[in-house]
Amino acid sequence: MASNARDLKRRIRSVKNTAQLTKAMKMVSAAKLRRAQEAMMGSRPYAAALGRLVADVAARVPAELHPLLTQHEQERKVDLVLLAGDKGLCGAFNANIIKAAEAARIEHEAAGRSVELTLIGKKGIDYYRRRPEHTVRESFGDVFRKIEYTFAADLAETLSERFRRGESDAVYLVYNRFKSTIAQDVTVMPLLPVSDLGDAADQDDYGVEYIYEPNAAVLLETLVPRFVSFQLYQAMLESVAAEHGARMAAMENATRSAEDMIAALTLQMNRARQAAITTELIEVVSGAEAL
Amino acid sequence: MLPEKIHLEIVTPERRVLERDVDEVILPGSEGSFGVLPGHAPMLSGLSAGVAVARGGGEDVVMAISAGYAEVDASHVIVVAETCETADEIDEQRAEAKVKELEEEVASNSETDPEIVRLRMLKHIARIRASKGKY
Repeated sequence: MASNARDLKRRIRSVKNTAQLTKAMKMVSAAKLRRAQEAMMGSRPYAAALGRLVADVAARVPAELHPLLTQHEQERKVDLVLLAGDKGLCGAFNANIIKAAEAARIEHEAAGRSVELTLIGKKGIDYYRRRPEHTVRESFGDVFRKIEYTFAADLAETLSERFRRGESDAVYLVYNRFKSTIAQDVTVMPLLPVSDLGDAADQDDYGVEYIYEPNAAVLLETLVPRFVSFQLYQAMLESVAAEHGARMAAMENATRSAEDMIAALTLQMNRARQAAITTELIEVVSGAEAL
Repeated sequence: MLPEKIHLEIVTPERRVLERDVDEVILPGSEGSFGVLPGHAPMLSGLSAGVAVARGGGEDVVMAISAGYAEVDASHVIVVAETCETADEIDEQRAEAKVKELEEEVASNSETDPEIVRLRMLKHIARIRASKGKY
């Protein structure tokens, strides 16, 4: 019995260590989340202004004028861009997003479209490394630690070029949208052709005739690629914020479970100790009686 | 009646750099620098790397901005730029070093298109000029 109490003590210590670790990780995630959230919020005014500009200019220029705004006649080749995390220990964050990507892939393939994958984030790369039957076009690991706008711009340029040349007929972005600290929205967003210009497309149209400098078509030429890059950039910011949020929640849960476990084990240990004392007492008493 | 002030808003991917009411805005348009006063006709202009100035309340805010767009109407100017730094944020020495580096690149390496390097240099030259308060 005594050894049992000692074993329990040892287990309690180990669980305590784990709890300390998960607690620390939660704090770290909370700090990172705050930064990621700031970056996300900071980018929103720009996103809104850019979306409005594109919608405004596009409305005055025939859509066929810009290749990235033009729907291809047939959708046969699809590029899927998967934004997963670089690290685990964040609950179902990675599992959910990979599941969504797989669902999208299966759906497209069932409709007779070929799918090529662009993977961002190590967890997505790991998943498809074990499944070599799917075409992975390009993969990028370790980009979330510091999100660079130039990275998003370069990738957007590559994807746009493929779309322009007809190597893909549509590009979809699969990512975790940041909903709140504890909730993420798995989102499949069409990136190309550019169709969703935000709510700006309908409103704000009280017949103001702008002077365009240079002309609208030339402006559109640079506006659209920038808009595409920015959408990708923003999705990355959202995904990172969502990941930190998910990790924070996961670590919070782990800490709570560990604390519950410590309570249960402590109770068990005290019982064991008491039982040992009782046994000893009985032994002493019956020993005295025997004399 | 003409509005008395322009509500200027400058946004970059990272943050909203500036939002205030000013008397005059000078921007580096892609077709040449231009000034905006209250009551300007609605305009949408491309911007190239250069120096932007916001004048109002007796103080001028000088900024270096890189490629972007400006949306102008009678009482608003919205600048959507890739980067925007105010004069006191700019590290002048670094900008100068960068220009020198790019100049050497053109001189030593004939493969890089001098036109592209020149465009990149423009941004840093704008930063130097902005940090000196020149425009």
